[in-house]
Amino acid sequence: MKKLSFVLTLSTAMTLAFSACKKLVSASPSKDAVMSSAIEGLSLEQNKRFSDGSEEFSEIYDEGSGLGPIYVATSCASCHSGDNKGHPSTNLTRFGQIDTNGNQYLDRGAPQLQHFALPGYTGERIPQGAMSSNFMAPIVAGLGYIELVPEQDMIDMADPQDLNGDGISGRVHWNVIPNWVKPSANAIQQNGKYICRFGRKGGVYNLHQQIVGAFNNDMGITTSYMPIDPYNAESGIHPSLSSGADIDDKSLNSTVFYIQALQAPIQRDQNNVVVMEGKTIFKNIGCAKCHVESLRTGNSIISALHQKTFYPYTDLLLHDMGAALNDHYTEGFAMASEWRTTPLWGVGLSKDAQGGVMYLMHDGRAGSFEEAIQWHGGEAEQSKINFNQISKTDQNRLIAFLSSL
Amino acid sequence: MRKYIFNFKILNTLLLFACIHHVHGQSDSLARRKTNDSIRPRLNMDAIYNRPFLTSTKLPVAIGGYIEANTQYRSTDGVSDGLHFQMRRMTLFVSSTMSKKIKFLSELEFEEGTKEINLEYCAMDIEAHPLLNFRGGIIMNPIGAFNQNHDGPRWDFIDRPICATGIIPSTLSNVGMGIHGKYFSHLWIVGYEFYLTNGFDDKVINNTEGRTSLHAGKENPEKFAQSSNGMPLSTGKLAIRHRNIGEMGFSFMQGVYNTWQIEGLKVDHKRKATVFAVDYNTTMLNNKLTIMGEYDRAMVELPGNYTQQFGSLQWGAYTDVIYTVIQKKMFGWEKAKLNMGARFEWVDYNDGRFRETKTNIGDDIKAIVPTIAFRPSGTTVIRLNYRYEWSHDLLNNPEVKSQAIQFGFSSYF
Ligand code: HEC
Ligand code: HEC
Repeated sequence: MKKLSFVLTLSTAMTLAFSACKKLVSASPSKDAVMSSAIEGLSLEQNKRFSDGSEEFSEIYDEGSGLGPIYVATSCASCHSGDNKGHPSTNLTRFGQIDTNGNQYLDRGAPQLQHFALPGYTGERIPQGAMSSNFMAPIVAGLGYIELVPEQDMIDMADPQDLNGDGISGRVHWNVIPNWVKPSANAIQQNGKYICRFGRKGGVYNLHQQIVGAFNNDMGITTSYMPIDPYNAESGIHPSLSSGADIDDKSLNSTVFYIQALQAPIQRDQNNVVVMEGKTIFKNIGCAKCHVESLRTGNSIISALHQKTFYPYTDLLLHDMGAALNDHYTEGFAMASEWRTTPLWGVGLSKDAQGGVMYLMHDGRAGSFEEAIQWHGGEAEQSKINFNQISKTDQNRLIAFLSSL
Repeated sequence: MRKYIFNFKILNTLLLFACIHHVHGQSDSLARRKTNDSIRPRLNMDAIYNRPFLTSTKLPVAIGGYIEANTQYRSTDGVSDGLHFQMRRMTLFVSSTMSKKIKFLSELEFEEGTKEINLEYCAMDIEAHPLLNFRGGIIMNPIGAFNQNHDGPRWDFIDRPICATGIIPSTLSNVGMGIHGKYFSHLWIVGYEFYLTNGFDDKVINNTEGRTSLHAGKENPEKFAQSSNGMPLSTGKLAIRHRNIGEMGFSFMQGVYNTWQIEGLKVDHKRKATVFAVDYNTTMLNNKLTIMGEYDRAMVELPGNYTQQFGSLQWGAYTDVIYTVIQKKMFGWEKAKLNMGARFEWVDYNDGRFRETKTNIGDDIKAIVPTIAFRPSGTTVIRLNYRYEWSHDLLNNPEVKSQAIQFGFSSYF
């Protein structure tokens, strides 16, 4: 009898405890505060691929799973934490190309430096005389939309000769692509070159190319497309063609799908008066000439991405940003002072991925929005001057707008 | 240099041989519980022998074991995977006294079903003098207190302290040998242990945990037959107990963890891992209040310019405060107890600052775990835990909050 009452007491206690579960745990952060959710309206099968890809994205590699021998980081997520921006401690370095005549240091391990190595190997060092630039990982949320912007739309936004005389002459990056990259059916070609849009120099054709490259160059993870580990010229050991790729095509494809299906960063407080005034100022002083508010996707088999208007604040074009942002390193057919307009969506959440501090611009050199604007030169010189001439209140309104993105 | 290798097969044969020679002289056939002399104060180092064993006079051995199982509902930043049932582990131990001064104990552990089966402990003790005993086999490295005294039923919490799994990789045992001894006086006991064992391997800094981890470095399945580098890991502990105050232990462990030579050829620099631990426990108010805890600090030498995900300094600490609220006959159990208490813990897996930004490297975790534990008898515990955890990622971004509600039991059998 006594044991019976014990069992009853216990069962009641358990039931109470677990029915209280939902109350005893904290609420999830709202969707506009994070970047790692999937776009809405995915099919069950697509949800499954998304979650496989998500796992792949945070997978930490070691020697056993194919890391290195030389590498920059051990997982995608260690650089793109929470699908958000990177941090100076995971910046990568590229070297060896100063102009549009190609990289002169390819036989010395260029373009990317893999400065870390598995125990027992030595990391790469920048060869003497090579110029280099640091790159901070950008936000990867929303790139599925960006991938689907029709090439013709990009050409229409470009104004390489500055025919409208506004001092801004964005141009598309026509670049050669590796033979394993499959151009889309209606791709526009010019002398064997294609319109590229990813990467800070805008030299990468699509997400597939970007991600195959990331696996190989950032982590030393081989795929069927890039089956050879990065080469350390200094140690002179030629990496052998491994018998099989470190990850199979299925894992690679789900990683690509994961990035394609990530929800675009969502603006917060967009109806706040100060934010709305800031947005008007952003347009009035010329920021939006490069940081174009809205673009539209073309056709997609993912219905949530098909023919959709979205708000990335970029034109996906290359702009000459002046001497201060010229690192004397470049890629493809961009000049060293040219950079692709960084999408500003999600920029207000940078802090949450950067340890509560802000690191902006391609290498994180700017510690605040004001500093980022002061680094703008070249084609953006006039908009910077405009920013410096408006009142402090208006400047703060503009900053409030940027923070809401 | 010749590698020193403890050959486990030979040891086993020896022990088996010793057992066979010890089957005479008993008559009654009922298995009975062996009562340990619990009057004598004990140190953490005695925990492995100080367990309820079943003996049968037909057999030369005493056997025992314990199980640990629970249900868990866990949620991180509001996202939960729902309710899970977990069979954490089942452990079997077998001990025998082969002659007055020779003892043997082995402990076999099945974790999460049969996912991991480990021979956690399997060693022989030969006593020359209370102050000088020899121990050899697979031994528990005497680092910290939890590692030595980790049986589920002894704890009022379902999870092990994070520092005792994340910094010191409990249960840490290795093949080796060494000495231990104790000195008793009226009020004091002093105990020491010192062993040389096989140690860790390169996985300490080359693993899929993405952080420095002695845990990853202990998994090498070869470690029972061969050291990763032919250099022993030394572990030593000094513990002191005052009958009325409590116990304190100071322990130390150091060894080269990486494979720096292959067949006599030097292939890398030697890199050391060093761990210090301080532990304490005390009971007061008529044994109603127990306070215990541990501080662990691990220092791991890294290759020059290594990725900062892997830290060279880690530390962690926990304190358990347990109060016996009711102690009387309950539900028909004579000496039942109802305990309430809490655990406070804090672990920093990577103590330091980023080279580039001079900002703090995160990768830390803090938790508070209130508990209610019902002990129908000394060998069984039924416990309900609520865990509230705050953690920072490597970059020290805004903390992530996790909660878990756990209900489970653990019992010797
Ligand atoms: C060492 C840090 C690092 C790692 C690891 C890393 N990335 Fe990146 N990622 C970057 C940087 C830096 C850039 C910008 C590169 C450039 O401008 O060419 C980038 C760019 C990208 C882009 C293009 C963004 C854009 O706006 O054009 C995508 C997509 C991407 N990474 C996905 C991944 C995936 C998937 C992985 C894992 C397979 C990964 N990254 C691993 C640092 C990293
Ligand atoms: C000529 C085109 C152009 C104009 C005009 C322009 N920008 Fe930019 N902006 C860029 C480019 C290109 C970058 C990336 C430069 C780099 O990373 O070095 C950038 C980067 C930024 C960044 C940093 C984003 C990040 O995530 O690191 C901010 C913030 C920014 N711009 C705000 C503004 C504001 C505000 C204005 C108006 C005062 C403005 N920009 C005008 C082209 C432009």
